[in-house]
Amino acid sequence: MSTSRSDSKEEREEQKARRLIQARGEEFYRAGQWQLVWWKFRRHRLANFAMVVLGIFYFIAAFAEFLSPHDPLHRYKEFAAKPPSDIHLFDTQGVFRGPFVYGIIRARDPVTMRPVYKENTQAVYPIRLFVHGDEYKLWGLFPSDLHLFGTGAAEAPVFILGTDNLGRCVLSRIFHGARISLTVGLIGVFLSFVLGLLLGGFAGYFGGVVDEVVMRIIDVLVSLPTIPLWMSLAAALPQDWPQLRTYFYVTIILSVLGWTSLARTVRGKMLSLREEDYVMAAKLDGENEWQIVTRYMLPGFASYIIVSLTIAIPGMILGETALSFLGIGLHPPTISWGVMLQDAQNLQTIAQLPWLLWPTAFVITAVLMFNFLGDGLRDAADPYVTG
Amino acid sequence: MTESENNVLVEIKDLHVHFHLAEGIVRAVDGVDLTIRRRQTLGIVGESGCGKSITALSLLRLVPPPGRIERGEILYYRPARANGNMVDVVNITALDPRGREIRDIRGNQISMVFQEPMTAMSPVRTVGQQIMEAIILHQKVSKAEARERAIEMLARVKIPKPEQVIDDFPFQLSGGMRQRAVIAMALSCHPHLLIADEPTTALDVTTEAQILDLMRSLQRELGMAIMYITHNLGVVAEMAEEVAVMYLGRVVEQTDVKTIFLNPLHPYTRGLLASIPHLDESIVRSDRKRRLQMIQGMVPDPYSRLRGCTFHPRCPDFIAGLCDQAEPPNVAVGSGHLVRCHLYAK
Amino acid sequence: MPDPERRSQSNLDEPLLEIKDLKKYFPIRRGFFKRVVGHVKAVDDVDLYVMEGETLGLVGESGCGKTTTGRCVLRAIEPTSGQIWFRDPNLGRVDICQLTKEQVRQVRRNVRMIFQDPYASLNPRMTLLDIVGAPLRAMGIARGKELEDRVAEMLRLVGLRPEYMRRYPHAFSGGQRQRIGLARALAPYPRFVVCDEPVSALDVSVQAQILNLLKDLQEQMGLTYLFIAHDLSVVAHISDRVAVMYVGKVVELAPTAELFVSPKHPYTEALMSAIPRPDPRPREKRILLTGEVASPANPPSGCYFHPRCSYAADICRTDEPAFEEVSPGHYVKCHFGRELSLTGAIRVPSLDV
Repeated sequence: MSTSRSDSKEEREEQKARRLIQARGEEFYRAGQWQLVWWKFRRHRLANFAMVVLGIFYFIAAFAEFLSPHDPLHRYKEFAAKPPSDIHLFDTQGVFRGPFVYGIIRARDPVTMRPVYKENTQAVYPIRLFVHGDEYKLWGLFPSDLHLFGTGAAEAPVFILGTDNLGRCVLSRIFHGARISLTVGLIGVFLSFVLGLLLGGFAGYFGGVVDEVVMRIIDVLVSLPTIPLWMSLAAALPQDWPQLRTYFYVTIILSVLGWTSLARTVRGKMLSLREEDYVMAAKLDGENEWQIVTRYMLPGFASYIIVSLTIAIPGMILGETALSFLGIGLHPPTISWGVMLQDAQNLQTIAQLPWLLWPTAFVITAVLMFNFLGDGLRDAADPYVTG
Repeated sequence: MTESENNVLVEIKDLHVHFHLAEGIVRAVDGVDLTIRRRQTLGIVGESGCGKSITALSLLRLVPPPGRIERGEILYYRPARANGNMVDVVNITALDPRGREIRDIRGNQISMVFQEPMTAMSPVRTVGQQIMEAIILHQKVSKAEARERAIEMLARVKIPKPEQVIDDFPFQLSGGMRQRAVIAMALSCHPHLLIADEPTTALDVTTEAQILDLMRSLQRELGMAIMYITHNLGVVAEMAEEVAVMYLGRVVEQTDVKTIFLNPLHPYTRGLLASIPHLDESIVRSDRKRRLQMIQGMVPDPYSRLRGCTFHPRCPDFIAGLCDQAEPPNVAVGSGHLVRCHLYAK
Repeated sequence: MPDPERRSQSNLDEPLLEIKDLKKYFPIRRGFFKRVVGHVKAVDDVDLYVMEGETLGLVGESGCGKTTTGRCVLRAIEPTSGQIWFRDPNLGRVDICQLTKEQVRQVRRNVRMIFQDPYASLNPRMTLLDIVGAPLRAMGIARGKELEDRVAEMLRLVGLRPEYMRRYPHAFSGGQRQRIGLARALAPYPRFVVCDEPVSALDVSVQAQILNLLKDLQEQMGLTYLFIAHDLSVVAHISDRVAVMYVGKVVELAPTAELFVSPKHPYTEALMSAIPRPDPRPREKRILLTGEVASPANPPSGCYFHPRCSYAADICRTDEPAFEEVSPGHYVKCHFGRELSLTGAIRVPSLDV
């Protein structure tokens, strides 16, 4: 049973771990809760990857005007319903020319009357960085016409993801749509979170009558059907309001009603933490109630709250997408991923313009990344459980 | 003498069980040799982190991942039921941990009782259902017959009104009753070996006395061996015939129960015995300066790997240059008395 | 650092803590409207006293009420009725049960507690400086640099290095955590400490260290302990007097040596007989009690122990015995307290008659 090989493999494993611990050593002993959580989080590769991807998405949302090759509302009538451009690296002679597109000749199919696009291999339009294109105002403040990439030639624009029936660049619309899809739910989530924490906290801490009342309120709220509620609210608000404002207020109202699951979690955790010895020790030390709740009890479930948040945010994203897709959320000319998917509602469109489904990929990716992030946080969040 | 003639039931040879964690490797069991004889009680004594529970779990291939048996052998000399003298050697370490063979052994030939009676039984099934399940699984009997045997087992563990208790749920029973029921479940198939991992630690002392008494009488009745794991030296003195003292994954001293108390050799064993409060005349000679002897220092970090003897940082008889460099040999001192210490090496 | 000698000499013959008729009943609620259908009589008429500078051990099995009694002394839970008289250096002799919230906060400077579970009694998100400094800060005893110095002093006192104050509890073992808990309890220089099973969760070798530390600190700081435990051997070593509880009542109270050599209550005798001894020599027949510990929600009539008592007579079934002093300082709650000749845990040849 010679095991010298497993010995040396074990030794290498051990040395690696020892370096890990020694490198921290005293640092480890002095590490507070968040430091430990962060260290553990860094070990979760999938979650770290998700963090990077989400970072990219939000960066795109922030700088959409610059990063998009075109104005999302500009209708390129000559290029309507155009499939995604083919990007070539070598021309017909096999010479490397860098990324470029050919000129486009537009024809009409005599039978279906639909536009048909063919490449003109004589006209080469290289794709360059930092080109001038459609004008815009970054964040509505800073005027510019610089775009990250493009052909720079008005007669041969590049459409990475094609155009829709009105000739609008799908990619540019996705980038701009990210702004709304990824952020409009955040305020609502934040509100839900604050309400859930407060009400759940009171219920759990004080117990008794307060607890009973809060729980019964939650029971009632949870039984309300959300979609009809949403529709009535949308109808009840002034019709002359800009659409985004309506959406914003409806989200807020829904959040005020949607704090329930976090509240239940917080309440449960509070009830159990109340009985912990260290909480009683704090009381005997003379700490006042505010201190006990904030310093002794709240940090005990900060991890649950964070995880709860990372689940609620994709919920909001999916919510907006679904509602707008159904036509009861946002409408054109507002651009969001859900609104874009309204165009993809019939089979005919999907069959003829399948590239219009691209927003789906972005929605799925965003939600998936949030879930991975949540997984990583959940795994990292209770390092003290090991004692 | 062959093992079977020597009455050996289970032999653990050079067992190593390691846990591979991100922070390092924990050598929970680091070279353990033990022998359990038929009809005998072996007491395993040690404090937390010494590896006694993992050793027991290894016997039934129940070590939870990321733990793994790295090397060593566990040999089970299974007595044939019909003819008590014929023996069949099973290498437990070689068995598939999920296979039929080991499952045939678990609960049937080797049983285990744990510390917490509440968590050892399913709360959603009656006591009777759980005992009968064990019987039906291992013995080809009808349900009615199994129920009869279950009631008989409950009576054997001195549960009053067994024909009623058989239909009770675990939460309806008190702690002592539950532990009796768990013992009934473990013994329902008349195993050759009962592994008891701190079965009375969670019980009151008067209940503990009852359970210990019960286990001793059952052992006599059923002719089985017991591997009794505990940190309580008093319980060991009552229950065991052979005693093995463990520290940090190794057996540091092993001998019969009388010798371990009257002539302990290893500095850890001696320190342990000296540090427990004894009920003796020192209490009557009331003096305020009644200090207990202690073992200096604390159990080291489980990830660390000390050179030489693992006990040397806390040892009052530490020999510099020897104890911190070379691993101590397992020395045989007198008949059946093993000590792992440089002090006794020739 | 308080000088034990400075402690009031004149009141040495008056108890520092005196518990009279203490009751704590927990209501049992059933049904949708949470009606009270009965009570768990966790503490049922307890009388105890502790003299300054001594250690009173409080033992019993699960459900006997010893932990609840300890928590009542600090008013960590509200007693149902009874009196707990304490000689507070600032407030004088007060009944803790009758104090206002503000007064209770003041008393808690002088009456402190050590907890059983070293892994649950320290806030894992606070450094040692914060944990040990919490009482000093919250009670307005010290701040800033002075607080740091005081914490350093406490840590040194319990055998830990002052540099550790920047560390978090996860860096420490069970025994060390218990030391931290001790430092926290003693930081305001209290007079009375309730020790709630302080060594039960520790390994045997660490127990000895902590017990010795408790004794040393008692002398250095002039402390008085109420030591709650279920392990009789441990209690025997640290206590001057011991009280035995059964189902919410104190059944015997005596100086340690006397209790262990000649107990007067059958339950005490059975308890001592049940302790497994680290001695391989065969023992004489053990007393094995029948049945289980009685339930505090539904105790037997008369003397609570009578169903399990081998000396029980008719009167035991009907009448609750009085808690009487049968010899100086030795109290028993038994109809036959004076007559029974029981076996103790310790045999002293010179005392054998």
